Amino acid sequence: MSEAAVEADGLSASYGGGPALSGVSFSLAHGQTLCVLGPNGGGKTTLFRVLAGDLDAETGSARVDGRPAHLPQGDRPRLDFPVTALDVALMGSLAHGRWWLPPRRHERAAAHAALERVGLQTSEHERFGSLSGGQRQRVLLARALVQDARVLLLDEPLGGVDPASAERITALFAELRAEGRAVLVSTHDVDSARGFDRVLCLNRRQVAFGTPDQTLGREVLEATYGAEIVVLDGGRRAVTVQHHAH
Amino acid sequence: MIDFLDALLDPLRSGLGRRALAEVALLGALGGGLSFWVTSYRLSYAAESLAHGLLPGAVAAVLIGLPVAAGAGVGVLLAALLVAAAARDERIGVEAATAVAVSGLLGLGALLALAPESPQRLEELLFGDPLSVTGGDLAVAGAAVGAAGAALAALHRPLTAVAFDREGARAAGVKPALVSAALLALVAVGLAVAVRGLGNLLALAVLVAPAVAVRGRVRTPAGAVVGGAVVAVVAGMAGVALSFALGLATGASVALALCAAAVAGAALPAVRPERPRARPAAPAG
Repeated sequence: MSEAAVEADGLSASYGGGPALSGVSFSLAHGQTLCVLGPNGGGKTTLFRVLAGDLDAETGSARVDGRPAHLPQGDRPRLDFPVTALDVALMGSLAHGRWWLPPRRHERAAAHAALERVGLQTSEHERFGSLSGGQRQRVLLARALVQDARVLLLDEPLGGVDPASAERITALFAELRAEGRAVLVSTHDVDSARGFDRVLCLNRRQVAFGTPDQTLGREVLEATYGAEIVVLDGGRRAVTVQHHAH
Repeated sequence: MIDFLDALLDPLRSGLGRRALAEVALLGALGGGLSFWVTSYRLSYAAESLAHGLLPGAVAAVLIGLPVAAGAGVGVLLAALLVAAAARDERIGVEAATAVAVSGLLGLGALLALAPESPQRLEELLFGDPLSVTGGDLAVAGAAVGAAGAALAALHRPLTAVAFDREGARAAGVKPALVSAALLALVAVGLAVAVRGLGNLLALAVLVAPAVAVRGRVRTPAGAVVGGAVVAVVAGMAGVALSFALGLATGASVALALCAAAVAGAALPAVRPERPRARPAAPAG
């Protein structure tokens, strides 16, 4: 029996108050992709933080095969900091230890290769802060690729990126799957979820888990998003109406 | 004019002056190198607080005849522990805890220094005096700078990753809290070294001003660290030379020279970002 890449069993987690997430149970094999769907505050980031080991599960358990590569959500990096795209990609090699020494030749080669995979090989010496939003997201994805993990946790990797970058990143999911890696991606985009092997719907609890055909129906989506979703074409299409704070 | 230029070389003509130059070179090399990280991690207030909080330790060292840097080191550790303990009470908060702990320690240090049995050196501890350093002080400072410099070099990659993106660094396996704590420990060493030359009121100058001077003129964190150290050493030596030439207090002159370098650096236009260097494209197929 092959071991699952990611497993959660009756998982719940909180930040000290009420549960931010509860009742999550799913399993994902190597070479599979999982789309985590849910509204803002639905528990997607909480789930990824538990799987990454940054947050302890309150009840239940979570198991990940090896140390996952985690692309956290949001626009956190400092744009005024004097680092290039290559410097940022190289930060992924810190996961391999030896942080007290300069990067080795093969680590530099891995960073070059990762930037090439995300289509930024010609921009590797550009200042991170001078890149476009989509390019910056691809550089951060390259940093995660350099970790060479069997499991990747990508929290909203398509948020706010330009269409060209989104296309490049989506194509990468398929490549990573073909390499036998498990890829977990959180997104608001219901339509893009149809391209994944599995879908996990969260709204502070697990609403559904299964194949896209099993999970992306009107009933499940309305239970996941409530008033934030508009279901079109008799359930064949759905768009979310998210309210972001600015 | 020639007399003035000649006077600038006076520090080289006496053991007193040469020791003062060596002292400001050591505190400049470490403090200037640290200054990029102090400003990147927004630790200026914390550094100022630690500098003020080390006074009781420095006074105690004078009273029992130990090198000031050693007493300052113990004092800054005590200040850090006191601030950390007070900050654990959520009703107080970090800022208020720091303010209360540091004011208390500064008051305690002043009481000790002004006691009748204390030698008349409070002014020196508050404002520093590179001219009073001994060979022993230089040896302690040299050892501390060597050790802290090696630690700073070893921590360069984690410091860069956390300063750039704290959450992303954590995701790459770095422990940001440990990195920040290590940096604070290095700042404490830097203060312990700087307090002999600049005093606990002026030591902050070497931990902040060099970074301001080179900001906008560097392309890499390593460049900022080295640039900050060079600016601090040069400005510090210029301060010593000017104090000899003009008959001014040496510690204050060094602090003013560091701040003048910061003002000059901030006033100059920033360098334009480096043009991207494209790698040759891989052959097709």
